[in-house]
Amino acid sequence: MARVLINLPARAARGEIIEIKTLIAHPMETGHRLGPTGAAIPRDIINRFLCTYNGEEVFRAELFPAIAANPFITFFTVATESGEIVFSWTDDHGQTQTEVRPITVE
Amino acid sequence: MDQRSPDPTRRLVLLTAAGLGLAPFAPPAAAAPAAMDEAIRTLVGAATVKRGRVKLELPPIVENGNTVPLTVTVDSPMSEADHVTGIHIFNEKNPQPYVAVFALGPRVGKAAISTRIRLADTQQVVAIARLNDGSFWSDSADVIVTLAACVEG
Repeated sequence: MARVLINLPARAARGEIIEIKTLIAHPMETGHRLGPTGAAIPRDIINRFLCTYNGEEVFRAELFPAIAANPFITFFTVATESGEIVFSWTDDHGQTQTEVRPITVE
Repeated sequence: MDQRSPDPTRRLVLLTAAGLGLAPFAPPAAAAPAAMDEAIRTLVGAATVKRGRVKLELPPIVENGNTVPLTVTVDSPMSEADHVTGIHIFNEKNPQPYVAVFALGPRVGKAAISTRIRLADTQQVVAIARLNDGSFWSDSADVIVTLAACVEG
């Protein structure tokens, strides 16, 4: 499991637009670099990111090798109701890492 | 001295040429190499890409092309009737023209994203926003890179 940092407010007013910052530890190997033997290091990047709010898709990103290592993505969402915000990252091998953060809306 | 042009068509030709040169005719990606142009064309199809509404923020000079902070903000109310559905980021000189695609909708409340990108060379970066009415808006930024990404490998 890669290390993940997610920054979002624990509580928000109903209808408030909140900022969400996410970062996941990942080398984002481009496939263009050469290893010590001169052979290209195979590509290994996170190519998809998805955020759902109580099961509803809020934000999605498709990433390419031009995204820096340890992909950092910030975006906004409207705090509609209390519940769970789920973040998932999928890499080139099809492995997905999922993180859940609760939010309280008053 | 009262000199009249001996050939009236010459003046006409010159005027026409000057007019064409000044015409705001060039699409935003006109100067870009073929790969980025082609990727943008694939995205927008026959639609025209208008300048404005999108704000692409990048540092004008970066020392390290391996992590370049990038922010895109689109001027949109993000309501059900009028919102941004996608933000596409392209670059000119990396091995691939695409940098990232962000899919959003009225649920985000505010059409703004930030990330960190890699730049292999001094080049132009283009952000294109697609709105729910099918229109495309763009902004571009020129970045000078002193240490390129991908060189240390």
